Amino acid sequence: MTQGSVDPGTKRVAIATSGARAATLAALQSSSQRDKVVHTVFISMMLFALGLALLGLASLIVYMAVEGGPRLEWGLLTGVPSTISPETAGFRTAILGTLYVVGGVVLLIVPLGVGAAIYMEEYADNSRWWNRLIELNIQNLAGVPSIVFGILGLAFIVRGPLSLGFVAASGSLTLALLVLPTVILAAREAIRAVPSSITDGSLALGATLWQTIKGQVLPSAIPGILTGIILAVARAIGEAAPLLLVGAVTFVTFNPKFFADGYSTLPVMIFQYANRPQDEFRILAAAGVIVMLILVLLMNSLAVWLRDRFERRW
Amino acid sequence: MRDVSIVEPETGTKAESAASTNSIPDVRVSARAADRQPLTRNVVIDVRGLSVLYGDFLAVHDVTLPIYEQQITALIGPSGCGKSTVLRCFNRMNDLIPSAKVRGVIEYHGVDLYGDKVDPVEVRRRIGMVFQKPNPFPKSIYDNIAFGPSVLGFKGNMDDLVEESLRKAALWDEVKDKLDESGMAISGGQQQRLCIARAVATSPDVVLMDEPCSALDPISTLKIEELMLELKKEYSIIIVTHNMQQAARVSDKTAFFNVQVGEEGQRTGHLVEFSPTEELFTSPKQKDTEDYITGRFG
Repeated sequence: MTQGSVDPGTKRVAIATSGARAATLAALQSSSQRDKVVHTVFISMMLFALGLALLGLASLIVYMAVEGGPRLEWGLLTGVPSTISPETAGFRTAILGTLYVVGGVVLLIVPLGVGAAIYMEEYADNSRWWNRLIELNIQNLAGVPSIVFGILGLAFIVRGPLSLGFVAASGSLTLALLVLPTVILAAREAIRAVPSSITDGSLALGATLWQTIKGQVLPSAIPGILTGIILAVARAIGEAAPLLLVGAVTFVTFNPKFFADGYSTLPVMIFQYANRPQDEFRILAAAGVIVMLILVLLMNSLAVWLRDRFERRW
Repeated sequence: MRDVSIVEPETGTKAESAASTNSIPDVRVSARAADRQPLTRNVVIDVRGLSVLYGDFLAVHDVTLPIYEQQITALIGPSGCGKSTVLRCFNRMNDLIPSAKVRGVIEYHGVDLYGDKVDPVEVRRRIGMVFQKPNPFPKSIYDNIAFGPSVLGFKGNMDDLVEESLRKAALWDEVKDKLDESGMAISGGQQQRLCIARAVATSPDVVLMDEPCSALDPISTLKIEELMLELKKEYSIIIVTHNMQQAARVSDKTAFFNVQVGEEGQRTGHLVEFSPTEELFTSPKQKDTEDYITGRFG
């Protein structure tokens, strides 16, 4: 702005404008300064929390890898457990036992859990007190300690009314009862998340409620339901305490059958090996942990792949 | 007292007339050049004394009106006057609301829709519905149309049926190359036409439309109004609309509903006037109607 021939009015306007700009800039800047600091602190705190969690997981994996890594070989998968010769001992029967038990759990929780969720969401009349009671109790069951289910299994499944004995099926049933509330809760959330405009549209076409559930609600809810099943399976694989009560014997040298003989599972076997004083057994236990982690990873990957396949990209 | 004016009624023939007793006398109207409709027309839905309560709340009280075949009947009125409630009674969608109670008689071709032996699923197969906000299924366009017929047991050529339905909804040319794409990936106006195609794919008798254009832009609205005029050759259409000009443009008969405020302040809807559209908009018989259509309230 040239000064010489400009009249005082314009000069005053210019000063006022630049003053206003400076004030605005200062106002904007100062708050963004403070915001930046808060922002940085918050992000650092969150990263720290994340780091701690990852550190825990990483240290577990690293420790196991270092301890048990050298022991990893195919013999672990095919060998039979032994307390006498750790060099040739393997986890075959335990792996099979885990697969049988968890397989049984999945076979039970999918129809029961999804069926219960469908009933509670679509068919049950929530004004009735018994339906509300059932709902409350299922939510409570999700928090019951797993050993309690072990006792339940011993009393009613192994002995008592079902009297299946100490077999893999008993383990499946016990664990299924344990993880069922998780599946029901997750499935209910998934079914509830399907917008009512979709179900209204389907019913208005003349579809029955079941046709609507089968054709519209379930396909949309499958990703959520599968998430619930993944969580349930992850919990079931790692449970040792309740299984100990229903007959997961720590030493099984024969291949398990579902409704007969004994069985064992990986967590139980690892526990057994880890208790032994000899170093070789503890290394074996570490190797077993790696095997188990791989098994869990494989099962979860399968479930996530399944969920992806059903996930609509609409 | 309310004066429900009904002009040009003609009850159904043969068995239907035996069941539906219409106590309003027959009045013949000479055919006007602009109104090229047959003088005799069947009543497809006959409503008598319909009242709907949601729990203790009386939403709409004592509605009596006939819906004629292959015509567009518009239900207009201010908010809260019960138009959508009445519409939902026709395909028993109010059954889905636990607290809803329906009193009175609704006869469909002479059969009481709320009779003991009547299955609501069967009712909805014959009386379809298009909703206010387009609600395509999260499936492909093809599957959106095919879902209804397939659950109803359609055994013929599904490809032909899908094409025919999309043509009837004036959507075929726009989507014929992307039938496998998501029904939700098209524009709002196209989605609504998809919902209309879906509704006609099951070959209904009556199509109910609950403010079908209120969520759409003017161009889509125009297309759908043209569509309605085409569709009425095959189906009977009942449309609820907030848009009086739309009612004036497309409908043959118009029913004007209004709200009555009770002693405790509860708002109950009732039918004020039911006439051929031209008559209702040019020479309404009730003062309330005149006030509404001239914009004094609404």
